Amino acid sequence: MAPETSLPVLTAKDFASDQDIRWCPGCGDYAILNQVRKVMAKMGTSRENTVFVSGIGCSSRFPYYVNTYGFHTIHGRAPAVATGVKMSNPELQVWVITGDGDALSIGGNHLMHALRRNVDLKILLFNNRIYGLTKGQYSPTSEVGKITKSTPFGSLDHPVNPISLALACEATFVARTADIYQQHLQETLKLAASHKGSVFIEILQNCIIFNDGAFKDVTDRANRDDKQVMLEHGRPLIFGKGHDKGLRQNGMEVEVVQLGRDGVTEKDLIVHDAFAQNQALAYMLSRVESPVPMGVFRNITRPSFEMRAHAQIDETMKKYGKGDLDKLLKGKETWTVN
Amino acid sequence: MTTQVESRTAAPNRQVLKNVTIRFAGDSGDGVQITGSQFTNTTAIAGNDLATLPDFPAEIRAPAGTLPGVSGFQIQFSSSDIHTPGDQPDVLVAFNPAALKVHVGDLAPNGILICDTSQFDKSHLAKAGYTTNPLEDGSLSKYRLFSVNITEKTLVALRELEALSSREKVRCKNFYALGMAYWLFNRPIETSLRWIEDKFKKMPEIARANVLALKGGYAYCEMTDTFQAVAYEIPPAPTSKGLYRNLSGNEALAMGLVAASARSGLPLFYGAYPITPASDILHELAKHKNFGIVTFQAEDEIAAVAASVGAAFAGSLAVTGSAGPGIALKSEAVSLAVMTELPLVIVDVQRGGPSTGLPTKTEQADLLFTLFGRHGEAPVCLLAPATPGECFFYALEACRLAVKFMTPVYLLSDGYLANGAEPWRIPAAAELPEFPVSFAVNPNGFHPYSRDAKTLSRPWAVPGTPGMEHRIGGIEKREVTGNVSYDPANHEKMTVLRRDKIRRIAAEIPPLVVEGDQDAEILVIGWGSTYGAIRAASELARARGIKVAVAHLRHLCPWPANIGEVLKRYKKVLCPEMNLGQLSLLLRAEFLVDVIGLNKMQGQPFKGREVLNGIINVIDGKPVPQPAEAAGRGESNNECDSGA
Ligand code: SF4
Repeated sequence: MAPETSLPVLTAKDFASDQDIRWCPGCGDYAILNQVRKVMAKMGTSRENTVFVSGIGCSSRFPYYVNTYGFHTIHGRAPAVATGVKMSNPELQVWVITGDGDALSIGGNHLMHALRRNVDLKILLFNNRIYGLTKGQYSPTSEVGKITKSTPFGSLDHPVNPISLALACEATFVARTADIYQQHLQETLKLAASHKGSVFIEILQNCIIFNDGAFKDVTDRANRDDKQVMLEHGRPLIFGKGHDKGLRQNGMEVEVVQLGRDGVTEKDLIVHDAFAQNQALAYMLSRVESPVPMGVFRNITRPSFEMRAHAQIDETMKKYGKGDLDKLLKGKETWTVN
Repeated sequence: MTTQVESRTAAPNRQVLKNVTIRFAGDSGDGVQITGSQFTNTTAIAGNDLATLPDFPAEIRAPAGTLPGVSGFQIQFSSSDIHTPGDQPDVLVAFNPAALKVHVGDLAPNGILICDTSQFDKSHLAKAGYTTNPLEDGSLSKYRLFSVNITEKTLVALRELEALSSREKVRCKNFYALGMAYWLFNRPIETSLRWIEDKFKKMPEIARANVLALKGGYAYCEMTDTFQAVAYEIPPAPTSKGLYRNLSGNEALAMGLVAASARSGLPLFYGAYPITPASDILHELAKHKNFGIVTFQAEDEIAAVAASVGAAFAGSLAVTGSAGPGIALKSEAVSLAVMTELPLVIVDVQRGGPSTGLPTKTEQADLLFTLFGRHGEAPVCLLAPATPGECFFYALEACRLAVKFMTPVYLLSDGYLANGAEPWRIPAAAELPEFPVSFAVNPNGFHPYSRDAKTLSRPWAVPGTPGMEHRIGGIEKREVTGNVSYDPANHEKMTVLRRDKIRRIAAEIPPLVVEGDQDAEILVIGWGSTYGAIRAASELARARGIKVAVAHLRHLCPWPANIGEVLKRYKKVLCPEMNLGQLSLLLRAEFLVDVIGLNKMQGQPFKGREVLNGIINVIDGKPVPQPAEAAGRGESNNECDSGA
């Protein structure tokens, strides 16, 4: 959304509501909230034209803490409520705050349809791979064998990969970042704010109480260079402490290769194309478990659903004239009684 | 064939009748519904009062020729005021043996029976379970039987249309039959001719075929001696002056929503998921996007209502519509609208339940569900139109109350109202109630949960308004500020507030009117689509010298203020309902009146005569016939079995 030049410049503080935040101390949600407020200020977002819609779960308390319009709805339904908000008033910038249980379990259907319709919603999925608010049951992103209160002998079901799911729904903007990557998180949120269409960002978020360290292996400073690969458009996919490893396509697989070994050079590596219309390569990358790809998987444009809906209304008005109630009431066949 | 048919050629001795009930029946692929609705439109324009009852199977095309595949359409039309589609058809047009089998039992003795003989062959007879041909075995002797090979005659009428296959030609047989019916009752054919031209604009050959079939059927009766004895005339009904049209309940309801949008100045948002019998509202609204209407066919019923709640938050006139199974799914989101006090209209076109139940048949069994079917104390407003035409006005009223009181409002229609049609006096748009909505825009002292002293409604401040930023949600609200609050005393206060806000609506509701004999011993009280049958029954009773008072509820929550007093005025209160006694239960519980239920759950509306029997039994002090109780529940059951 374009900055409202007529308004005084707002700071991150202006986006803080007067409500006390009730997340556990040390919860990853705080860091995300801070970055969102900062991005709002930096992007010159107007408070009155911004709406945060959420479902149920720890992360879904988010709207109470931002001084814009906000709607804390019901479990799983935030994308549907937000679709109604956006269709009703396409001028609004609408953010959806959701979690792994909210978006991928109870609300999976709504997420899928919001994405494939390309409703202009900025969906932030806080993935902590656990149910926090209900005090620690395994979630649809928990690893198989997860020991939780509801699975004392280990969970059995295969987890869903949120990025793969979003790409399969042909979302137009798909990215992954983490709560502790302040800079990367901020950059990704900025891209989200300026994208026209469905945005889906998986934010790896630490639940310090029920699933502490779920992403430690990947995101800790000590490991991250070897355990993750940054997706940058137009750049070969290189990772590793010594910038010595890369991702190469081998048929339908993506494989890790050692640069310099067996004659492998940078030229052999996949060059990331976030703007590719075809999401096949992005999907292949989403399947890579180690290193974990971070960054923007896909960023393309396609007319958004609510714009098309309103364009259709405008077209009908042009074609048939603005609705005339008397004419409608009369219908096609009438008769008169004198 | 180029028969020139001058419409409305009077037969020499047309017998004048006051009213007639005619039923068309055939396979669901036979075009029976089109035939019925064409006959209805033409009859409406001819100035008769009328009521219709389309009755179709849940399957789009059940196996041809079988009993479950039979589709029917009944219309009663009259030169005086009528209220029901008729208890008993006087005329039955049956396109095949299955249709005959299903419907002939309802035909009045000496009724006119027209059968398409082409379908009465061995295999079709067997599919319908006939061992001998009823057209030939004398079993139909109590009716005036006309065996006509309609299919063959249609082919003859269309023989010059070489471009069409005989299959395409045979499909015109319903218009041949329609032409016959038009001649028998002296209806003009022009309305249908216009309809055909319009409908088949892009298929001129098909249009021509249907025109020829229609004219052919008309000419056939005119030129056939045997039909001269059954030529009738039903003069127009005297009605109040004005411009009229024919209107079904679903069309009326959709138009009422459009009107509400125009008269409130709010853009309409309609969120829905396809479901019988509510889909036509979505179809109708989707046609009228030039009124600025947003229609949203959601991924499921929950998304349909959730998106509507979002649209309400953003300042639209938000409506969602469905039938029983979908209404059940919407329940949680309606609770959210109760808690967040957003205006939302939920249309429930009731059908036979539970579960998938009888998708295409009517019932009134969602009253208690819509009134109570939410978790927690979640009061809502409930309205129920009584006729197809009233669906228009109550859709408008539901929207008005929703925005005035910032509350969900259920609008209960049913399958019978939805698909039934009646002549409707067209109001001028300027005559309709106007309720301009102004959003809260002044940040000074703004609190999302402050209240209007009179209505108790909270301000509606919509996103996009500077200085009014606020957060709402499903968690209990602190009064005035709307902040999250788990305070016990506050919760009780808010629970009572939400209840009282609904109660305040009573001030907007007209008193319950008692029609008929004010001094009667018996009051018949009903709600929704039973109105026609109750009115018809009370007139039948009056003709027999029985005094009957009738009161019909359009407002089910809150009640009209005088309802308690009305109920107590009568010695006996009878409540006919298409359920096991849901309104009865409410009235008994709330007003301690010994309401007697008359209950029917056959997917079909009450007949006037059935209600009349109930009235007579109550007056005579006899038990009202009840639906047969399940057998084998224990011996003690036998003695209290009142029989049915
Ligand atoms: S339970 Fe976990 S996710 Fe929820 S607030 Fe606490 S730390 Fe955060």
